[in-house]
Amino acid sequence: MHFADGAVPEDYLVYVRRKYFWIMGGLLLLFFMLIYSISVGEVTIPPYGVLQTLMGENISDSWDSIIWNIRLPQALAAIVAGAGLSVAGVVMQSILRNPLGSPFTLGISNAGAFGAAFSVIVLGTGRMQSSVANAVILNNPYLTTMVAFIFCLLATGVILLISRIRGSSPEVMVLAGVSLSSLFTAGTMFLQYFADDTQLAAVVFWTFGDVGRVKNWSELGIMTGVVLFAVIFFIANRWNYNAIDAGDETAKSLGVNVEKVRLIGMIIAALVSAVLVSFLGVIGFVGLICPHMVRRIIGDDQRYLIPGSTLLGAILLLVSDTAARLIVSPYVLPVSILTAFMGAPTFIYLLIRGYKR
Amino acid sequence: MILSVDELQFLYRNRKILHEIAFSIDEGEVVAILGPNGVGKTTLLKCLNRILNPRGGTVHIDGENLSDLGTMEIARLIGYVPQRVETGRLTAFDAVLLGRRPHIKWDITEKDLKIVDSVFKLLSMENLRLSYIDEMSGGELQKVAIARSLVQEPKVLLLDEPTSSLDLRNQVEILAIIRQIVLKHKIAAVMTMHDLNQAFRYADRFILLKGGKVHAYGGVEVITPQVIEEVYGLPVVIGEISGMRCVVPGSPAWDCKISYIASK
Repeated sequence: MHFADGAVPEDYLVYVRRKYFWIMGGLLLLFFMLIYSISVGEVTIPPYGVLQTLMGENISDSWDSIIWNIRLPQALAAIVAGAGLSVAGVVMQSILRNPLGSPFTLGISNAGAFGAAFSVIVLGTGRMQSSVANAVILNNPYLTTMVAFIFCLLATGVILLISRIRGSSPEVMVLAGVSLSSLFTAGTMFLQYFADDTQLAAVVFWTFGDVGRVKNWSELGIMTGVVLFAVIFFIANRWNYNAIDAGDETAKSLGVNVEKVRLIGMIIAALVSAVLVSFLGVIGFVGLICPHMVRRIIGDDQRYLIPGSTLLGAILLLVSDTAARLIVSPYVLPVSILTAFMGAPTFIYLLIRGYKR
Repeated sequence: MILSVDELQFLYRNRKILHEIAFSIDEGEVVAILGPNGVGKTTLLKCLNRILNPRGGTVHIDGENLSDLGTMEIARLIGYVPQRVETGRLTAFDAVLLGRRPHIKWDITEKDLKIVDSVFKLLSMENLRLSYIDEMSGGELQKVAIARSLVQEPKVLLLDEPTSSLDLRNQVEILAIIRQIVLKHKIAAVMTMHDLNQAFRYADRFILLKGGKVHAYGGVEVITPQVIEEVYGLPVVIGEISGMRCVVPGSPAWDCKISYIASK
């Protein structure tokens, strides 16, 4: 077949440009939010001062220390975690062909929570401290993180095994994930039942996802590396996900190896979730709802949906974390408490309003 | 010969679904696969472009053996229109653009956009370009799916019951479009169908399946009341209305009744 009489339609180009404007707008908003987030807190630093310090100028030593050691790592952790959870969510929704897909659909967060509980209660890595602002600390946070990560990978491994036996169909993956979730929840409850007060507090504390937990740059580096790799990988596969959205048969007829794309996409989404959960604890909502918010603004085309979700996830978690630091200042809430408060009303509004025309 | 199938065999859990399937098609031809529900019409269609993997036999497209080709190469030779079209929040243009997937390396080019535009013109659906497919009617959606398979620039088009969910007017329109494109672009189309009357009007050749095998294959002359009864297990009468061949279920005895009603 040969088609030669076509022209590039102007109205379509205008339509595409509008999508890019949304994404550009998101980037800009994220940048301003980052500056704002760093500037507010117990010590207010004017935005211009933040910019100058970030550019490497030394205006005041205390600002330097606050920005480089506390606020910037926390803000970046929020951005990376939000972006990672949201992009993992959007890809899970596509490859599982299920609007309820999220990084946690496969039971990963509950596996991580079980791992943390196991580490605190059985291996004894948690204890209580009496200061109010930081009531509980884990006396061996690294071990807790490691054990949580191992259990996240274990959950992923079980799902992989099941999909190897039964084929990687969406139903199998979703149902296996749901049952694993229940299993790990039951396991956590079992451990908690025999735990003492201190351990119980430490476990509950761990499950409150908190980006403030990242205090050193190497942890941030690992998270950023994994999330960045995932985002690039997912964007490179955008046409494959579009094809899968059009139905498995259509995707196969377009030359897409559906099973392989599904399996690899799932492994990478699971890896992102595992890393984020084990460093930060459980942060719900972002991975499930952000993609749906973006769908309602720029549609289901993965070419825009993947970058859009990445950005909105980053923005939402950064805004939530900033609010969490300010709302009951000087106390700092874990961000996981705030994300749903910030996101749910907006999302319900978008649900009612329907799609943007 | 643009498509030739030889000794094709398909097994599902070691049960033979299709066996000894052989036929060939020339360019410019539309072929209808006929047979009762569950006989393997859709399975046969899916074996032709490796959505399902046949256990044995060969499929040649334009002289190339499909088992020597990668999935992307096959997708550049064969377009497929599934029975059910999934929707989403996409414009028709983007949904059709997806058909360029087998040709896309990293991103779409101007050429891809031009080909999509050209197919929109060919199917006279320029006005639908920026409509969202989740707001479309069944007929419009079917056109989008056909357009998507055409921008693949295939040599052979496979269609799984292309008219099953359409009203009479849309059925005729879609089949006429397929007929016309196949002739004009010198490709071939294979479609599964239920409506024998439409098969008569729009297909050149007919494959009748029975018991997982080709029961009859050839031009219109192979479709006799006897063959239809053997395949569908139902007596039929073949007649003509205004020079158009048509099939009506019923035995000659029922036929009297039908003509009686008609005369009243």
